[in-house]
Amino acid sequence: MNATAQPRVVMQATALVKRYGQVTALDGSDFELRAGEILAVIGDNGAGKSSLIKALSGATTPDSGEIRLDGVVTKFRSPIEARRAGIETVYQDLAVAPAMTIAENLFLGREMRRPGWRGSVLRQLDKRRMIEESVARLAELKVGIRSMSQALETLSGGQRQCVAVARAAAFAKHVVIMDEPTAALGVKEGGMVLELIRRVRDRGLAVVLISHNMPHVFEVADRIHVARLGKRGCVLDPKKIGMSDTVAVMTGALRPEDLPRDALAH
Amino acid sequence: MSAATTDAGASKPNAPGPRWPAGLSVAVLGPVIALVLACTFFATQSDHFLSGGNFSLILQQVAVVGVIAIGQTLVILTGGIDLSCGMLMALGGIVMTRFATTLGMPPVLAIGCGIGVTALFGLVNGLLVTRIRLPSFIVTLGTMNIAFAATQLYSGAQTVTDLPPLMTALGDTFSVGGTQFAWGTVAMLALYAVAWYVLRETAAGRHVYAVGNNAEATRLVGIPTQRVLLVVYVVAGALYGVASLLSVARTGVGDPNAGQTDNLDAITAVVLGGTSLFGGRGVVVGSLVGALVVGVFRNGLTLMGVSSIYQVLVTGVLVILAVTADQLSRRGAR
Amino acid sequence: MPKFASSLLAAAVLAGIATVAAGADQPVIGLITKTDTNPFFVKMKEGATEMAKARGAKLLTAAGKQDGDNAAQVTAIENMITAGAKTIMITANDSKAIVPAIQKARAKGVMIIALDSPTDPQDATDALFATDNYKAGILIGEYAKAALGGKPAHIVTLDLFPGHPVGAQRHNGFMKGFGLAAPDAKINELGKAPEIICQADSYGDQAKGQTAMENCLQKNPDVNLVYTINEPAAAGAYNALKRAGKEKGVIIVSVDGGCAGIRNVKAGIIQATSQQYPLKMAALGVSAGVDYATKGTKVSGYTDTGVTLIADKAMPGVESKDSKVGESLCWGK
Repeated sequence: MNATAQPRVVMQATALVKRYGQVTALDGSDFELRAGEILAVIGDNGAGKSSLIKALSGATTPDSGEIRLDGVVTKFRSPIEARRAGIETVYQDLAVAPAMTIAENLFLGREMRRPGWRGSVLRQLDKRRMIEESVARLAELKVGIRSMSQALETLSGGQRQCVAVARAAAFAKHVVIMDEPTAALGVKEGGMVLELIRRVRDRGLAVVLISHNMPHVFEVADRIHVARLGKRGCVLDPKKIGMSDTVAVMTGALRPEDLPRDALAH
Repeated sequence: MSAATTDAGASKPNAPGPRWPAGLSVAVLGPVIALVLACTFFATQSDHFLSGGNFSLILQQVAVVGVIAIGQTLVILTGGIDLSCGMLMALGGIVMTRFATTLGMPPVLAIGCGIGVTALFGLVNGLLVTRIRLPSFIVTLGTMNIAFAATQLYSGAQTVTDLPPLMTALGDTFSVGGTQFAWGTVAMLALYAVAWYVLRETAAGRHVYAVGNNAEATRLVGIPTQRVLLVVYVVAGALYGVASLLSVARTGVGDPNAGQTDNLDAITAVVLGGTSLFGGRGVVVGSLVGALVVGVFRNGLTLMGVSSIYQVLVTGVLVILAVTADQLSRRGAR
Repeated sequence: MPKFASSLLAAAVLAGIATVAAGADQPVIGLITKTDTNPFFVKMKEGATEMAKARGAKLLTAAGKQDGDNAAQVTAIENMITAGAKTIMITANDSKAIVPAIQKARAKGVMIIALDSPTDPQDATDALFATDNYKAGILIGEYAKAALGGKPAHIVTLDLFPGHPVGAQRHNGFMKGFGLAAPDAKINELGKAPEIICQADSYGDQAKGQTAMENCLQKNPDVNLVYTINEPAAAGAYNALKRAGKEKGVIIVSVDGGCAGIRNVKAGIIQATSQQYPLKMAALGVSAGVDYATKGTKVSGYTDTGVTLIADKAMPGVESKDSKVGESLCWGK
């Protein structure tokens, strides 16, 4: 009998601590993200969910504890450093410029210049290449928007979310963190975004999905990280545990010890 | 597993193939139409309107406000506003003319000092907006008054005359097919061309739009937002200094009372040109069109013998129309 | 209150009373100008300060932020009355809007003297010390008529802006002096005539004056006489003519008599200008204020502070002084 191959750990955090004055937001939290999975992070208000994500995306620096990326200890002092390390974040308000075009938004902050002297001396942008790239990236993820030259604000909420997700996926090397991606969307558009998230995972990127929306979590997540009281409460297998039990674990009504062994993901 | 594409649903199908947004040129279309209509009207009212010499004149008359409006466009694109532009222009003029006459500095160096002073004030504006996080309206209101006082104090409220010829060289004219054009006009058009290129074709220019459209987003994607803003205010300040030179070249003197209404005139030109006061939208060439619209009305009404008070009335009406058009077009886009 | 503090307070009160008592002998006179920056008003302030020192009066000054700023002047009147001024001299930014504040002040027994610009109505103030702006216009009109020497006149007028009484008086006076049918001195509108081929507003500003002249030249290049509201506008007009190559054949006349303007007369840029005397206005005003405070006698009515025609090329039948005299009497630098 073959032992199951150990899944590769893409990102790992141990004993993260973060205090804000008197308040301890992270009290020795652990975290583990495996290659090719969608890990949902859920937790009640004040459970340390957002503090954990801020530490992982570089928005804050933990007071103590260790973060490893592909086994290498890393320290992020800013979101830019996290980006350079290959971690892309899709923020809740998308971080897009609505008046600018889809292609411009995709390459915002990472614009391509023309080759040769036109790019180096005249600093001219290679708009054609950026449009072509945008078309390719969106096609890769099967996002059906036809013109890259339309302003982002002409798109519906779901389409904008897709563009933001596609941007993260296009530039991420290991990890895509998504903060409440379906929060403001209706049923159809929410479904569209979930489809896209699956495709991102299928392309080989690991996805961290923060969400309050239990049905959506259960639709796409491979494992569920439950944050409780500034720590990692437990990690659940959505195939082996129901939604209401999950919520109970999240609020503390049900303790992890009381769960059947195979409800915990390994 | 469905291989269907994520349905884009309500996406508007634009013309196929890569093409930069048509929406950008629509923004200038309105002002250009207004300019053409105005010219057509005045051509019917006066035989003297439609001539090369008259158009060359109008270009010279709008040159100072036109160049100031480039700087103002940059600031407004970032979502700010610069009330100090006219006073900085006057200060630059006094500095460069007094340095050249009273201090006997070589003209080119004196001009450099004038532009340096206005750029320095631009830096102060920028630092107060970025580091101290004060609203640009308040900051530039303050620097406007400081610059005005500095101009009056340093000049002793006297115009500076007897300037070296090099300083007024941009006021000289050259002949093109029988019509005289001023070098200052060429300078203004060249500056507009450069501004248009930078804003449209370089990353730095696109970042200006991005900061105006959603500053928080630019921070999150790694654009140095504060630096973009600072550079915008400094460049605008330097442009006001160039406008000082154009003003000195045109009038032949350093006038401490110059530019008193130029801040509002520049803002009018920018708004008439289709740039949104909310930031993030607009085309810099529109500001030139806006300045020309005002200049055409002023010239045309004088040719018709109509009192200047109507020019003020018309300008006010045009501004309301321009801002309304901007608002309506934004609502349509949603 | 602790003993130390109360004795300190008493001492302060006594000192205050003593100061007020000492100051009570000194007449307090206020001067409110249109702006702080126009050399015309700077000279006015100088004249007032000198006369105040000479006659032992205390001078308070204030000004509007820019031409037309009425609110600042209203505030200044109130503050000066609180500070004990019994006489206030004012060059009104808005001749109508300032009247209620003036009436309130006069009701409190304060004497108000208008300088340079009359209020509307003129008798809203106790007295007016001013240039007769209509006469100033007449003088340059007469000179221009003589200088043209019977040639048909093609006149461009570069005026102030619509509705301003000084602008209207100088323009209409010029027309009268030239011999055209002109509105009289009380009218606030600019007179028209077929000889005036273009009328444009300069706002008294050099750059705007240049633009106005340029546009007029486009309308009709056949000009031989330009009337300008003041000397900066005249400088702008000259610039425009020079660029069009027409400066030799055109006579430019103006009003003001500031030192920069007189220099332009010397340089042949302006042919004639009516010189006015802001220093004299202010000095007379301060004197009147001291007399009111010490003797209780008010001044009333209109006192003409004089206007002199300055021109280097004298014309027969028109009395004028040359630019040397102008320089000795000029204001500004």
